Amino acid sequence: MTRESSLNRFGLSGARDLLRKGEVSSVDLTNACLEAIEGAGVLNAFVHKTPEIALERAEAADKRLAQGDAPKMCGLPIGIKDLFCTKGVPSQAASNILEGFKPEYESTVSQKLQDAGAVMLGKLNMDEFAMGSSNETACYGNVLNPWRRDNDDAQLTPGGSSGGSASAVAADLCLAATGTDTGGSIRQPAAFAGITGIKPTYGRCSRWGIVAFASSLDQAGPMTKSVRDAAIMLEAMCGHDPKDSTSADLTVPDFEAMLTGDIRGKTIGIPREYRMDGMPDEIEALWADGRKMMEDAGAKIVDISLPHTKYALPAYYVIAPAEASSNLARYDGVRYGHRAKLAQGDGITEMYEKTRAEGFGPEVKRRVMIGTYVLSAGFYDAYYNRARKVRTLIKKDFEDAFAAGVDYILTPATPSAAFGLGEMTDADPVRMYLNDVFTVTVNLAGLPGVSVPAGLDKQGLPLGLQLIGRPWEEGDLLNAAQVLENAAGFVAKPSKWW
Amino acid sequence: MLDLTYEAPKPKIIAGAKHDWELVIGMEVHAQVSSNAKLFSGASTAFGAEPNSNVAFVDSAMPGMLPVINEYCVEQAVRTGLGLKADINLVSAFDRKNYFYPDLPQGYQISQLYHPIVGEGEVLVELGDGTARMVRIERIHMEQDAGKSIHDMDPHMSFVDLNRTGVCLMEIVSRPDIRGPEEAAAYIAKLRQIMRYLGTCDGNMQNGNLRADVNVSVCLPGQYEKYQDTQDFSHLGTRCEIKNMNSMRFIQQAIDYEAKRQIAILEAGGEIDQETRLYDPDKGETRSMRSKEEAHDYRYFPDPDLMPLEIEQAWVDDIAAKLPELPDDKKARFVRDFELSDYDASVLTAEVESAAFFEKAAEGRDGKLAANWVINELFGRLKKEDHDITESPVSPEQLGGIVDLITKGDISGKIAKDLFEIVYTEGGDPAEIVEKREMKQVTDTGAIESAVDEVIAANPAQVEKAKQNPKLAGWFVGQVMKATGGKANPKSVNEIVQAKLGL
Repeated sequence: MTRESSLNRFGLSGARDLLRKGEVSSVDLTNACLEAIEGAGVLNAFVHKTPEIALERAEAADKRLAQGDAPKMCGLPIGIKDLFCTKGVPSQAASNILEGFKPEYESTVSQKLQDAGAVMLGKLNMDEFAMGSSNETACYGNVLNPWRRDNDDAQLTPGGSSGGSASAVAADLCLAATGTDTGGSIRQPAAFAGITGIKPTYGRCSRWGIVAFASSLDQAGPMTKSVRDAAIMLEAMCGHDPKDSTSADLTVPDFEAMLTGDIRGKTIGIPREYRMDGMPDEIEALWADGRKMMEDAGAKIVDISLPHTKYALPAYYVIAPAEASSNLARYDGVRYGHRAKLAQGDGITEMYEKTRAEGFGPEVKRRVMIGTYVLSAGFYDAYYNRARKVRTLIKKDFEDAFAAGVDYILTPATPSAAFGLGEMTDADPVRMYLNDVFTVTVNLAGLPGVSVPAGLDKQGLPLGLQLIGRPWEEGDLLNAAQVLENAAGFVAKPSKWW
Repeated sequence: MLDLTYEAPKPKIIAGAKHDWELVIGMEVHAQVSSNAKLFSGASTAFGAEPNSNVAFVDSAMPGMLPVINEYCVEQAVRTGLGLKADINLVSAFDRKNYFYPDLPQGYQISQLYHPIVGEGEVLVELGDGTARMVRIERIHMEQDAGKSIHDMDPHMSFVDLNRTGVCLMEIVSRPDIRGPEEAAAYIAKLRQIMRYLGTCDGNMQNGNLRADVNVSVCLPGQYEKYQDTQDFSHLGTRCEIKNMNSMRFIQQAIDYEAKRQIAILEAGGEIDQETRLYDPDKGETRSMRSKEEAHDYRYFPDPDLMPLEIEQAWVDDIAAKLPELPDDKKARFVRDFELSDYDASVLTAEVESAAFFEKAAEGRDGKLAANWVINELFGRLKKEDHDITESPVSPEQLGGIVDLITKGDISGKIAKDLFEIVYTEGGDPAEIVEKREMKQVTDTGAIESAVDEVIAANPAQVEKAKQNPKLAGWFVGQVMKATGGKANPKSVNEIVQAKLGL
């Protein structure tokens, strides 16, 4: 492999250093990624490619680098999840209902990345409206995980909903990618694809211009090849945005500078409720390894209880669909996106019904129906209000743990390694929902959570560990994650078969 | 402050075929907040713009767009609450009311169901006959207006104009304290007056900036008092809601029709269905829009895009301190300081601009006289030309000048009317006009005496008759006035005529 054609294998920090030294150009990096994307059609990760935009921005970045006024992510090629509205570029949330939609505006997060000099390569596949844990609900078709089991050619899911992002980063189609996480949609695919993903504290990243799934849970975050890369990219993505009322008015620290590698004296909580019945031994073993690694790094390990954990998943699957049912009401065929062909005599009701029936896939329909049901008169208190109370209790569980001196909480990221395409969809939808069991609590509590690749299972598939931190302390959390990353020494890459 | 010596009016009684019925009315008034920008977007609220030209991305519900509260709208809602002597809630919250309609791009209206910004208040509604009803306000909440669907421009298509989408409305919810159609109209008029004083709503009903949903029920005499004692609605009849009315006249007609409709059903042994109805002004009747069973399930829930709205007491206090004088207070002051009648004070304070005009015209002058001239001459003249006070060609200073000339005795009332007409049509300073056109009243008794003498001398027969019948003295006064071109002081003329005729 020539140097040029392997530039795409760099992460953000490595490429950045070479760019600053003038050893490579952004155009070279970008071309290497574009080439890799061209060769990886089968993964179906990039669904809207923007090579012209990419090269134009790469050239501009090279000029700035030459002039010495390069911002922090200058010239680094990345992918953008299709959920982000990107000006003049299709932004469909992987749904047929947004067929042909090209926004006239740029989401705050993608704008910030652009302002930081990042180069957009294109839009990444995802579960439709970010609803799914396997990237099998997209209108664009399934995404394939570049990882395969050692002795088996079965196609595996990269997880979801940010499956395109995970697959693209793991397959070196881009240096990093944006994701969004409503119940685990960054952390679970990161774990399945052997990469790093952080969901920051709710309110860290502006939601403006990101197609809404469940507004009180949605957060954008980076999906990267290392913890350092995550620190670099998160800093570029977050910050107060007056256009989002839920955005926190806090200054953004230099996250990368907080990666000291020192966690001596920190306390790591191990929540006993995360030890699930039927959890694979490998996950159990990985968790124990993680615990040991942190201990070796000088942290104190304590067993803690987060007593309301078992109610988190049901509460999540009430609150998220409730908000989604309302957020998705705007897709009515009136102003943009898909509108069904109408028959003679059809009126507005038929237009709504046919448009939405054609435009939404089955998982989205299921959640809209669940959400509509739980908000209905007579059921509101039993479902929605009760779920909100559970949410308050879950939040309090974490607050109590932190108040007792716990600095981070260590859990598995997922209950299993990547599974085969179709394996879960053929089963009961609830089985698919169980994928989020370790991640949803973090969204319900609004906390930052990071997934770090920490080992391989017996079949050679990556497994991730999750660290959960205090609100607004992503820098500290990433520092702990880097300790874990270093200790785990995870360097495996999927072997190229595509 | 106002002296509340008003008696409550009697409820409107409608005689049914079997017995008498009373009306019970509660209203939800939707008032468009006066503000340049919408409740959650920076788009303009200007009326009459090209369709779909005042539309921000959030108004058209583009994917990923988020609402951001307009602080000025909040201030206006607080100001309105203070004007209605209501509790201001320092913490309120926004909820989504979900339903599908093409003029509702988000598929939900952002409103305040669970935690409104304004709590309980009250409005004194005078009926003009010396009675007044205290109507309790239950709450005021802020919400987004919807857009406009246009169905009559094309036989096959409907059009949507989103200019109005997202404009801030205040929904002012009353208790069922209104007892007749006239009271309902007077209540809206009073709300309109207060909000216009406050500058929080222009009250333009024609443009739809003030409209009402009216809840009407009927009950037997005595039932309402039971409700009042217990606040238990079961003592009252089942209500029907008449939606979206923007004319005082139609509101009264609709209530009247609806009450009679309900009475007819009840007297025939039927039951009233709780439902939403629409008033058809052409047919003069209400018709069912949707029944309780068909009623939308709005699936209200807290809007996750917006944090609870928290305001500071100090901010509220500041708004309260800068509140303008309200109509009731102004009226009381006019009665007290200018010694006006209750009626005149009401007329003058009906519109804040009229009150301001009057105050300027009356400053340092005879208030009653100034009031007469504002109400009878100026208002009368303006009305003839369908103008309102803001369009008056006569300034308060000019009108005050006319009043001054009358008070000084420089001109008679009759001349003053001529002068007013000149000032109204031609403009100019009244004193100068009087001077230039020699309109000054003759108060020189010598001159009047000689004029009287001349008339007496010229009409000996009339003098004889007048001595028999003193009422004929008026004829002499008239002749003298004619001879002096109306400029003689009529009072002096009268006295001199009486004296000369020896009456």
